[in-house]
Amino acid sequence: MSMLLLCAAAVSLCIGSAAVPLKNIFASLSEGKGSAAYSIIFDIRLPRIILGLAVGGALALAGVILQGLFRNPLVEPYTLGISGGAALGVSLNIVFKLYRTPGVLTLPLSGFLGALLIIFLLYLINARKGSLKLYGLLLNGVMISFISSSLVMLIMSLSRAEDMHGIIFWIMGSLDEPNWPIIKVTAIAVIVLLTVSYLFCLDLNALNLGEEEARHLGVPVERSKKILFVTASLLAGFSVAAAGMIGFVGLVVPHFVRIFVSRDHRILLPASFLAGGIFLILCDTIARTVIAPMELPVGVITGILGGGLFIYALAKRKVF
Amino acid sequence: MSLLEVSGLDCGYAGRSVLCGIDFRMEKGDLLGVIGPNGSGKTTLLRVISQVIPPLKGGIALEGRPLRIVRPKELAKSISVVSQNPPASELTVEEFVLLGRTPHYSLLQFFETKKDLGAARRAMELTGIVRFKDRPLDKMSGGERQLVLIARALAQEPKILLLDEPTAHLDITHQVTVLDLIRRLNKELGLAVLMVMHDLNLAATYCRKLIMIDAGRIRKFGYPHEIFNYRDIEEVYRTEVLIERNPISLKPCIMLLSEEDKGGLRWKTRQKD
Repeated sequence: MSMLLLCAAAVSLCIGSAAVPLKNIFASLSEGKGSAAYSIIFDIRLPRIILGLAVGGALALAGVILQGLFRNPLVEPYTLGISGGAALGVSLNIVFKLYRTPGVLTLPLSGFLGALLIIFLLYLINARKGSLKLYGLLLNGVMISFISSSLVMLIMSLSRAEDMHGIIFWIMGSLDEPNWPIIKVTAIAVIVLLTVSYLFCLDLNALNLGEEEARHLGVPVERSKKILFVTASLLAGFSVAAAGMIGFVGLVVPHFVRIFVSRDHRILLPASFLAGGIFLILCDTIARTVIAPMELPVGVITGILGGGLFIYALAKRKVF
Repeated sequence: MSLLEVSGLDCGYAGRSVLCGIDFRMEKGDLLGVIGPNGSGKTTLLRVISQVIPPLKGGIALEGRPLRIVRPKELAKSISVVSQNPPASELTVEEFVLLGRTPHYSLLQFFETKKDLGAARRAMELTGIVRFKDRPLDKMSGGERQLVLIARALAQEPKILLLDEPTAHLDITHQVTVLDLIRRLNKELGLAVLMVMHDLNLAATYCRKLIMIDAGRIRKFGYPHEIFNYRDIEEVYRTEVLIERNPISLKPCIMLLSEEDKGGLRWKTRQKD
């Protein structure tokens, strides 16, 4: 799995509107700064790869956690309205031109704040009397998601053409993030959250049998549910804030890993993280090469490639 | 100090009381059966002992310690539960039984040790399912699945085993297999067992003592022959029955009468008088 990741990263480093063969990469490393190849690799491609790994991994991981928690194979990180909240935050930011005042950081920041607000709201609505009702959480999440996407549309219909363009561009999602600090923050946050979620892999395995059975096996069900929900939401929030809404990774990658690797969360969690990263890096590589020097939105590729591959895999394996 | 002591227990759902003033004790090596009509609160009693729902009043103590201060993980090492509706799972038998080791994992332990594998192996040997160990659970029959659930409960290495109608939906072969197994575990391992039973005859045959629950209260607690008299049974179940003795075990044995048979009963009673 890690080997695959390295290969994907290497392929992605080499391919682009200007091809850099693998051996030239090492050459440019020794040449140091200044050469064209060096700046293409370190200023353009490497940041994208790191962000791709972080965002793809985070989305897949959030998908695994939520699907395990809700015991529902159709749940994905965006189902709960977290992305809707982020989109709302970003559109408000664009319309009110907030991003001009304090600095470049505010676009992802407003997305993250929007996502946080939704998580907080959902948690408050559903965590009554110390018990988190998952079914209600899911329904409320879907409703909040609809409300926020309607609000985004309202904002778009009232805004000027260039603002609308900005909102659409952001919603489509892209790994094009020139800001190193944002990439670093995202990557570190995702790694921390990966570690946190791994501490709960046994709880997820037990929860797979149902809440009551998990309780019989000694899992402090309410506490685990809350921590897992918040962890998954934060993962989704971070990735949406950094890269916009990239669909399908969080839905399909967990299923792939479950079919081809393992259903055991002790393996499923890290494997999905890596697979999500690989998948997104490859999709991004395709997105920026097929019509080079132009670039397709990466969400287009994840959707078409992911959906197609998944239907193919289902037909071959006959698991469902 | 009793192994399990339930005192003055009230409990229910959303304010509606289901169990009321429940008092009983369970000692090491006990084999208790809980009987009573549908909706009388038998399953609720198991759910409150396994801390799935909190008591409204009164308390439960495990070896003298109140249950509310026992952490879930600790509780799962002492009490394991075989519930009535087994989860459908694509796990293999061995993986499923290993889930019973979950409460024994230490803080940063993620994978099973030799000790865990050994405990799971022993549990599968005791229940006679070693030969199925690589089969997926959802491809097994009801009787086999019940044995797997018991194996998982044994892998927890508990002191008390709670079972909710372990013989529901099983044919007579599996009813006897499962209950013989439970009795053997009780005798040989000294495992205390509390099981909810629907079939009164099986309850009388296998349980040392019975708790009869009616409308959320304990109506009677005692040996089967003390509990099984036709007045109590008829009042609790609102059904006319005939009670005889099993000629071999001498345990009480209940026979049901259809509407047609009841005519015969009256005739027979009159003959006796």
